[in-house]
Amino acid sequence: MTKQALITTPNLEASDDFYEALIEAHQGLSTEESHAFNARLVLVLANHIGSLAVLRDAFEAARGS
Amino acid sequence: MIDYQSLRFDYHRHADQDAATPAHHPVVIVGAGPVGLTLAIDLALRQVPVVLLDNDNTLSSGSRAICFAKRSLEVFDRLGCGDRMVDKGVSWSVGKVFFHDEQVYRFDLLPEPGHERPAFINLQQYYVEGYLVERAAALPLIDLRWNNKVTGIEQRDDGAVLTVETPEGNYQLAAGYVAACDGSRSNLRQLLGQEAKGRIFRDRFLIADITMDAPLPTERRFWFDPSFHPGQSVLLHKQADGMWRVDFQLGWDADPVEERKPEHITPRVRALLDSIGFANVQFQIGWASVYTFACQRMERFRHGRVLFAGDSAHGVSPFGARGANSGVQDADNLAWKLAAVLKGDAPDALLDSYASEREYAADENIRHSTRATDFITPKSEVSRLFRDAVLELTKRHAFARTLVNSGRLSVPAVLRDSPLNTVDADAFKGAMVPGAAAADAPTVRADGSTGWLLRECHGQQFTALVFGAGEAAERSAQVLKACDAPLHIVRVQGTTAEGELATQRYDAQPGTVYLLRPDQHVCARWRQPTPTNIRAAIDRALARA
Repeated sequence: MTKQALITTPNLEASDDFYEALIEAHQGLSTEESHAFNARLVLVLANHIGSLAVLRDAFEAARGS
Repeated sequence: MIDYQSLRFDYHRHADQDAATPAHHPVVIVGAGPVGLTLAIDLALRQVPVVLLDNDNTLSSGSRAICFAKRSLEVFDRLGCGDRMVDKGVSWSVGKVFFHDEQVYRFDLLPEPGHERPAFINLQQYYVEGYLVERAAALPLIDLRWNNKVTGIEQRDDGAVLTVETPEGNYQLAAGYVAACDGSRSNLRQLLGQEAKGRIFRDRFLIADITMDAPLPTERRFWFDPSFHPGQSVLLHKQADGMWRVDFQLGWDADPVEERKPEHITPRVRALLDSIGFANVQFQIGWASVYTFACQRMERFRHGRVLFAGDSAHGVSPFGARGANSGVQDADNLAWKLAAVLKGDAPDALLDSYASEREYAADENIRHSTRATDFITPKSEVSRLFRDAVLELTKRHAFARTLVNSGRLSVPAVLRDSPLNTVDADAFKGAMVPGAAAADAPTVRADGSTGWLLRECHGQQFTALVFGAGEAAERSAQVLKACDAPLHIVRVQGTTAEGELATQRYDAQPGTVYLLRPDQHVCARWRQPTPTNIRAAIDRALARA
């Protein structure tokens, strides 16, 4: 079994639709509520991904190194 | 009934105090708490005479360490005092976690049948110490000296000389080995110029013993941010004698002197009881304390002839019950090794493995404890943001419940990389890898009577488990006899449904052999060993290889 890798090439079904939906999801939230939403979102997505190796790669990618 | 909380022990003048030159003893243990007492009893049962020094003349003041884990109970069984503890203690295995006032998570620490001991008992530390003291008193090889405080130590190549302060003045004692079981503020650690390093947490917790007659189940209950104590955590847990442990997180700014006063504790407990449906239940407040904690350890647990065990060597937060329980495991690890070295069965280097194995275990305990503490008392805004996000998600999503950490409760460390292990040459599945503490299981003896596997492994030597019946099992049994090693041989037959559990837990086939160290940790296993295999594995486990 090969190690799963973080996908950083384009992979979204509909990138503009996704982006719009993401901003839309924050509509009406205060900055504080948006932070809380994002935290929950990270946890939900992390569970979906499952692989710790992929998640660690994602932390690296997000950190910009 | 003995009131262990108020018990006082008499100081007796010992002939050593009048000796012209310091009397020599093979082992001196400093500190008669749960760890020092466990070590003393274990050594005495291995025919090693022990001097055990304690700086005062009382048992634990207050309930302190109340949760004693299955592994500790199995050690106490081996020492001959497990039954009393389990009979007196409150057995439990279920924990419930609440967010606000709603249950979000439930765990069962021992969800499978076929173990003699429960996942945990709750028993006040003064009972555990009291029962150990009484066990020690029945062993003539233990010389327990109350009001003997160590105030100086001089290390030599072949031992150490201790200066001991008593109500009748100072005297000196020479020891081949010294076990420092003198607690988190260890005198010996300071006298040797050592320190425990790690993280100190800026938070305060109120801990109190409450006596009440409330028909609550014996489960562990933990609240995050409940309505009766907003913004903080609360723990409620039953002990023996209708006593309950309450633990309220207070925050760093709380006044430790004020918060300990009954007039401040009473409204907190009242609010808790009112909230969970016991508005009419009356209670009394006993021992109470406001504590802070650190997750820390000494860099090395061995310094020449001095071996550190328990809180003197390592400290954790209380949320995983990993303090006293890991200390008992330290003693369990050290006793057989000291005995083997003193008898000349093993070189002094075996004691280096005590340090490396228990340093590894301490790191594991500290890791779990630190993670739980970070969850319970988040140290930054973003840490609290994610903690609250987890708790919020638990209401609707099962995955989030596994992230809730109110303490991962003590299990014995698997000493996976120990130099005493023999690497598997055969394929095995399951949890009983070299380094693991042997799992219990029901056993059925040849005469049809039933028992427990770990009870069968109480030999003072190494134990060999031989699984199954028939030709392959007989061949293994013959090999064990032929290798002419001091081995306690236990045959494990899997002829009944219950007896099958041992076979499953050890992934055994007929003829499979497990070699257990005297502390019941697996050190080698084979499908069909040779005498050479077995002798080599014993040599390795005694650091003779």
